[in-house]
Amino acid sequence: MHIFVQQIVNGLILGSIYGLIAIGYTMVYGIIGMINFAHGEIYMISAYLFAIFLALVRLFGVDSVPVALLVTLVATIVVTGLYGFTIERVAYRPLRGSTRLAPLISAIGMSLVLQNYVQLAQGANEQSVAAIFSGVFRFGTETDFTQITHVQALIIAVAIAAMGVLTYIINRTPLGRACRATQQDRTMANLLGIDTDRVISLVFVIGAGMAAVAGVLITLNFGSFNFFIGFVAGVKAFTAAVLGGIGSLPGAMLGGLVLGLSESLFAGYVMSDYKDVFAFGLLVAVLIFRPTGLLGRPAVEKI
Amino acid sequence: MKRTLVILALATAGALGLVSCERKPDTIKIGIAGPMTGPVAKFGEQLKKGAEQAVADINAAGGVNGKKLELVVGDDQCDPKQAQTVANKQVEAKVSVVIGHFCSSSTIPASVVYAENNILQITPASTNPQVTDRKLPTVFRTCGRDDQQGDVAGDFIANKLKPKAVAIIHDKTTYGQGLADATKNRLNEKYKIKEVLYEGINQGDKDFSSLVTKLKGLKVDVIFFGGYHAEAGLIVRQAFDQGLKAKFVSGDALVTDEFPQVVGKPEAAKGVLMTFGADARKIAAAKPVVDKFKAAGYDPEGYTLYTYAAVQAAVAALKANENTRDGKKLAEWLKKNGADTVMGRKEWDEKGDLKTSDYVVYLWTEEGGKLTYKEL
Repeated sequence: MHIFVQQIVNGLILGSIYGLIAIGYTMVYGIIGMINFAHGEIYMISAYLFAIFLALVRLFGVDSVPVALLVTLVATIVVTGLYGFTIERVAYRPLRGSTRLAPLISAIGMSLVLQNYVQLAQGANEQSVAAIFSGVFRFGTETDFTQITHVQALIIAVAIAAMGVLTYIINRTPLGRACRATQQDRTMANLLGIDTDRVISLVFVIGAGMAAVAGVLITLNFGSFNFFIGFVAGVKAFTAAVLGGIGSLPGAMLGGLVLGLSESLFAGYVMSDYKDVFAFGLLVAVLIFRPTGLLGRPAVEKI
Repeated sequence: MKRTLVILALATAGALGLVSCERKPDTIKIGIAGPMTGPVAKFGEQLKKGAEQAVADINAAGGVNGKKLELVVGDDQCDPKQAQTVANKQVEAKVSVVIGHFCSSSTIPASVVYAENNILQITPASTNPQVTDRKLPTVFRTCGRDDQQGDVAGDFIANKLKPKAVAIIHDKTTYGQGLADATKNRLNEKYKIKEVLYEGINQGDKDFSSLVTKLKGLKVDVIFFGGYHAEAGLIVRQAFDQGLKAKFVSGDALVTDEFPQVVGKPEAAKGVLMTFGADARKIAAAKPVVDKFKAAGYDPEGYTLYTYAAVQAAVAALKANENTRDGKKLAEWLKKNGADTVMGRKEWDEKGDLKTSDYVVYLWTEEGGKLTYKEL
């Protein structure tokens, strides 16, 4: 019995990991209609930044774990946000006026640039972070239990909280209103006095910040990372976002959970060999019957 | 505008022409190909350092028939497609011999290119049987084969670990699945032990919690993993976290101190078992070279000395054959004469495999706060 529950828990954890990264994809698409393919790489960079800041903080003699983590988390979010801002300015803003394809290609190019930049700057080895958070919650007996580590529980909590906070911001705050206005009709929003450039930059920074939170938590969970994790995570998270309905924040979370659960349950009860085939097959099936994803809204064409 | 373009074009052509006129001193080119970047770059580093030291030592001793050696480095990232590109580049650079590659899935396609161009190839680390089983005349190894490794692993698991439930996991690569299959065959045929689970994971995956939970459910007490250290380390760590009390056995791709680093927790990495050749650093003939490495601040772990030995073998063949680039001729000479290397005397059979194999089981233990592997 506990094995089944554990597999469900595994799926929820994996799903939250995908969801955390998918939120960044979906937010950017929701506001400016563009898939930021470099988002996976921003997540990868935040993992490296986290490790670097952690080492620096240790060097300065900060021994307390919560303080060290808090400081590195803030530092990582800030610097990753800067990366997001710069990438938007350099690779996407100049292409705002051109065809829909141009920013997409630029994003793919940016993603390759970042991968190779990190590979050259930090080397191609597996990097690791010391296991500082080692606690587990175990339910059941000594030999037959279901468990979730502290970090994994935090991932699920943060993913849901982030989704809640961002949905609140988009729907209830002036900033959110500006975002929605920019998404609905950029020219009109500009005419009405909304600085759409600033709004878009802010959305990218928030997206990068979310990637940073994901990077920190996921690195704490797995312990090791390399310059290529962005690509793999990016594909899965993008799939999760599309599955749930790209542009919808709850959709990103739902898509992530569906993907994570299907992977875990298939690996756990059928075979690990083809779990990706199953997961992507599921995506295709969902899209055939609901082309805009599970929670997606059909695009309204204004005549 | 047109005039500026013409002048610019002429200037560029001139500059390029000057570059190609550069005369290089006459050297013998030794190719070294391996994963210099990518997930197993740590092993590429072992190969490169081994080759560099060998070339430096041989050049200091006068070179080969008066000519100095020069290394031509190729990076295949442990990717079969890149390996083919690297092989073509090495052929174009007119190398006399190629030492490489590392991953069996790279060595095999590359060997087709080298064999077609009659270039001697010595791999220091590719252990999949198919590397030499295809009977290409110019392919050699200074390491063992996975069927030998699988036998040693299978024997150890059956005799020493006496498992109640064995799981065999691989990473679907040529090397990983090959090694897992070799161990599986040994256990099935000789000991009639049937594994409770035989599954493949993907290289690059990070989350193995479902697999670990499944292993827990099957009450597995021995896991044999065929694959590389990045995935092995994660499986070990996640198994430890979930409280799976099983012995973890794997092969020679864990022979790097990056493995315990990926595991991250010394208590989890302790007790991991792996098969590998006899520790080259302990061989008497290797002492002066090992000291040289250590003086330069590098511990020649894993396949470093295997690569050094491969270079020595190639050079022995070149010396005796007037630096010919004819791979078949060098290959015949090596099979007939063998070579004295830093790892002792090496002799090869008809297929290019070493005549003697020396796989043993190692245990990762904690010593003085650091994790090292000791022969059992």
